[in-house]
Amino acid sequence: MSAAAVDSKALFRYVLRLGDLSLVLGQRLGEWVGHAPALEEDLGLANIALDLIGQARLLLSYAGEIEGCGRSEDDIAYLREQGEYLNPVLAEQPNGDFGQTIVRQLLIDAFQLELYERMAASTDERLAAIAAKSVKETRYHLRYSGSWLVRLGDGTEKSHALAQSALDRLWPYTVELFAEDDLDRTMADCGVAPRLAEMHTAWTMRLDELLAQATLKRPGDRAHSWHGKRGQHSEHLGYILAEMQYLQRAHPGARW
Amino acid sequence: MNTHALNLRTPPADEDRVALAWQALADVEDPEIPDLKILDLGLIRFVRVHAGVLEVGLSPTYVGCPATEVIHHDVVQALRDAQIGACIVTSVLSPAWSSDWITTEGRQKLLHLGIVPPERTVLNMREVLRADRPPACPRCQSTDTECISEFGSTPCKALHRCRACLEPFEYFKCI
Repeated sequence: MSAAAVDSKALFRYVLRLGDLSLVLGQRLGEWVGHAPALEEDLGLANIALDLIGQARLLLSYAGEIEGCGRSEDDIAYLREQGEYLNPVLAEQPNGDFGQTIVRQLLIDAFQLELYERMAASTDERLAAIAAKSVKETRYHLRYSGSWLVRLGDGTEKSHALAQSALDRLWPYTVELFAEDDLDRTMADCGVAPRLAEMHTAWTMRLDELLAQATLKRPGDRAHSWHGKRGQHSEHLGYILAEMQYLQRAHPGARW
Repeated sequence: MNTHALNLRTPPADEDRVALAWQALADVEDPEIPDLKILDLGLIRFVRVHAGVLEVGLSPTYVGCPATEVIHHDVVQALRDAQIGACIVTSVLSPAWSSDWITTEGRQKLLHLGIVPPERTVLNMREVLRADRPPACPRCQSTDTECISEFGSTPCKALHRCRACLEPFEYFKCI
């Protein structure tokens, strides 16, 4: 099937999933600015946030074009309700301590790396271009989060305990990343998106390698009940949107 | 017949407009790194004329880099100042910009500014996930250096420190 035959409503929702993942995680990381444990980490987290917001801009602009109702990236980011956000709930989990931020980052960096590496060959040319561009930056994100995971896990007794508890807390949310639904299947069938099962295998291998270096234990998988990809979110997303959307809600159409 | 007047009325040929555009683009600087031109960074993909409109293809370096919009604005302004008629600036995502496209002159300028230019080529991009060969210090050339942070003052640079002369320096990442 060619990309031209892809149902535009389905493609719109799929692109929103990708864009919202980057947007929500980028917004979360932005909360660290001025609060990170050291200036270097402040810069590191802020730079990763910038890259993610950049990806979100490309993806949400594209979603707006697919939809064809004249919505811009800003309209989509600032004027949707919580139930219209389609990011997996892992992205919206609170920053917690530095260890929790690093673990959340690592889990998503590794996911985005597997995603973008494959999506660079998507039948959808625009997504292929965005993925080929983003994958280069994502490698550096993973290098950052991966090296911190090893330092924390293989560090002091306290840092090890905190890293393991962050991993135990966040791991259940990773199940949603790879839980294939009809939309994922449709997109994979027409070559727009990679197969999640294939990504899961590669992701797990990469994670196992890093966890071994970090002397951390991989928690067991559990059945999940999260459906952020369908718009059902944890309580945390509402607070993110309240802060992120405040200006546009209070002063509609405000511009820099 | 007054050929001079005739020449004035004839719009410049497409090739001349393209050449004038390149000349104008040669003066556009990177907003973050003084002295470095956008041509040194290899940001211009093409200059072409189609149906009377001159089009410049511009590559963003990093998708979220705030300098991207400033560069876009500066390019539009430079073309306008050059008075070469209708023109548009198109953002070109594919092929994705690579640090390999930084020219030899650009690399020399970076080094002169105390920023170590990227060493590897994108052919080895997957290797990025492994440990680096430490870049040599731009001041004392010692290779006894360490990475302080993967991200520096801008997304394109990492922070390093020389253990020999103890000076910090920036490294332009391979991407």
